[in-house]
Amino acid sequence: MKPLTITICTGTTCYVMGSGYLLSLQEQIESACSRPIEIVGSSCLGLCKDGQYGCAPFVQIGSTVIAEATPEKIIETLKQQTARNPMEQI
Amino acid sequence: MNGDNNVQRNKRRLLIETAALAFRGRLAEEIDALPVKLFPKGSAPTRCCIYKSRAITRYRLMAVLGYSTQDETDECTPLSEYVRRAEESRPPSGPILTVINEACSACLTGRHYVTNVCRSCVARPCVTNCPKQAVQIISGRARIDEERCVNCGLCLQQCPYHAIVYVPIPCEEACPVGAIRKGPDGHEQIDEDKCIDCGKCLQACPFAAIAERSQMVDVIRRLREQKPIAALLAPALAGQFLQDFPKLVGALLKLGFSRVVEVAAGAEMTARHESRELQEKISRGQAFLTSSCCPAYVQAVRKHIPALAPFVSQTPSPMHFTAQQVKQQQPDILTVFIGPCIAKRREAAENPCVDYVLTTDELGAMLVAAGIELADCPPAEWTESPLPQARAFAVSGGVAETLRAVSPEPNAVRPMLIDGLDKKSLKLLSVLPARGTGGANFVEVMSCAGGCVAGPCNISQPKTAARKVRDFAGLQNPAAQAVS
Ligand code: SF4
Ligand code: SF4
Ligand code: FES
Repeated sequence: MKPLTITICTGTTCYVMGSGYLLSLQEQIESACSRPIEIVGSSCLGLCKDGQYGCAPFVQIGSTVIAEATPEKIIETLKQQTARNPMEQI
Repeated sequence: MNGDNNVQRNKRRLLIETAALAFRGRLAEEIDALPVKLFPKGSAPTRCCIYKSRAITRYRLMAVLGYSTQDETDECTPLSEYVRRAEESRPPSGPILTVINEACSACLTGRHYVTNVCRSCVARPCVTNCPKQAVQIISGRARIDEERCVNCGLCLQQCPYHAIVYVPIPCEEACPVGAIRKGPDGHEQIDEDKCIDCGKCLQACPFAAIAERSQMVDVIRRLREQKPIAALLAPALAGQFLQDFPKLVGALLKLGFSRVVEVAAGAEMTARHESRELQEKISRGQAFLTSSCCPAYVQAVRKHIPALAPFVSQTPSPMHFTAQQVKQQQPDILTVFIGPCIAKRREAAENPCVDYVLTTDELGAMLVAAGIELADCPPAEWTESPLPQARAFAVSGGVAETLRAVSPEPNAVRPMLIDGLDKKSLKLLSVLPARGTGGANFVEVMSCAGGCVAGPCNISQPKTAARKVRDFAGLQNPAAQAVS
């Protein structure tokens, strides 16, 4: 299975709000979702500026944006997406 | 607790929002609305209800403004009044940490608990072994009478089902010196005669009931006045953001600092001084010398291990050397030490060369509030080049490594590392004067396990930070680095 990309924002706002800790979750997420994933850090995704997307830290999986991202929320989103789309990548 | 949790995030948000108001000069006008802004109607409560969250936020904001919750004489005083008072004169000195009783009251009281694994067995060793007759069987389950229980733990040891658990109070368990205890009103109190300002209770409390009195708002006011003001960056700072150091310097200049200095330069001076002191003391027959750059450790000796005091180095800290140099070059400049440390606030309060202390998370909040994106900052030209080892002072082992590097005979420095203060390592330290070190002549002590890169107010994960700091120093990253 091709690894699914999880983009973690490491812009200043997201980093200050704790996204640095999300960068090291590879194993935890993989074992919870039993599928390969790839975690990439990104510069400011531009979601933190006007507050309309909620609060930092932001994580993006495909077209889904997770605000106030936590390991649980990331795993939850992945499970939902896999359930909706069991055969293919999202 | 992992360094990223709701307590930390709420703290950062509070700092960001406060800093944003301060930068816009709207603090007095808008601060009283912040608790509601952060916990609006309909938001998911993180405590029993949003009203409690708001009330506690108000007390946390008092600390952000520099006040202790004990400074409150009248619950009707709005936060804006504290803003005004702080503008007139700096908030009173005194303890750095303050306990918010309203948040603390949600914590546990008793400590030994009977779980529902209890089978109400026939032997009932818990009942028969309790020396205080505190255990009784009520409705088919053992119960512990909190009033009588002295937490001796005999019932826990005796239960064949392991049905009794011991739940320590997080702050009390974390405190290495027994300085935080429940007072008669059931809330935690910090005993100033014992507290060493290590900040471990602050990191451990899951209810955000312990807050540190900040100087951030005052610093922002100074920045807006555009007077000469220098940022003194602790060595740990090199590992606190993902971007390279020159960009961080660029960001600080953008924030309004007129000058940025690396405290690593002072660390080199500390090491040179300390290396001479070591030679001298050893030649005069002293068995060993301990470091003195960690103010939490220095306070621990002063308050708890007086017998060790003669062995503590007299050498001033890197912060002192750096600030002194900056003040000598430019007497009218204000000095702001920036680091991950709470104990440095105490050291600075006693040092006329240091005007303010900011913590790393406060700096992060200020950058966010000012809309400064580190990645986009023009890197400053950075020509300072302290000794590489001095840049790694913030990683456990770094002080000893620097001492060796500056010593004419590196092998004459035989280090022993105390990596983190806890009850156990304090005990070890307390026997050193009598029993000696077993061959070591230099004892490096860091209150935070892993070094300042694991300090209580950091942003980065300690491991990531340690790696970055050593990379910046141009030193190898030993695989066996002890970082928790
Ligand atoms: S010594 Fe440390 S853990 Fe104990 S009360 Fe003081 S700051 Fe908190
Ligand atoms: S180890 Fe460093 S951060 Fe921790 S208390 Fe000591 S000086 Fe402060
Ligand atoms: S810093 Fe993450 S969206 Fe801007």
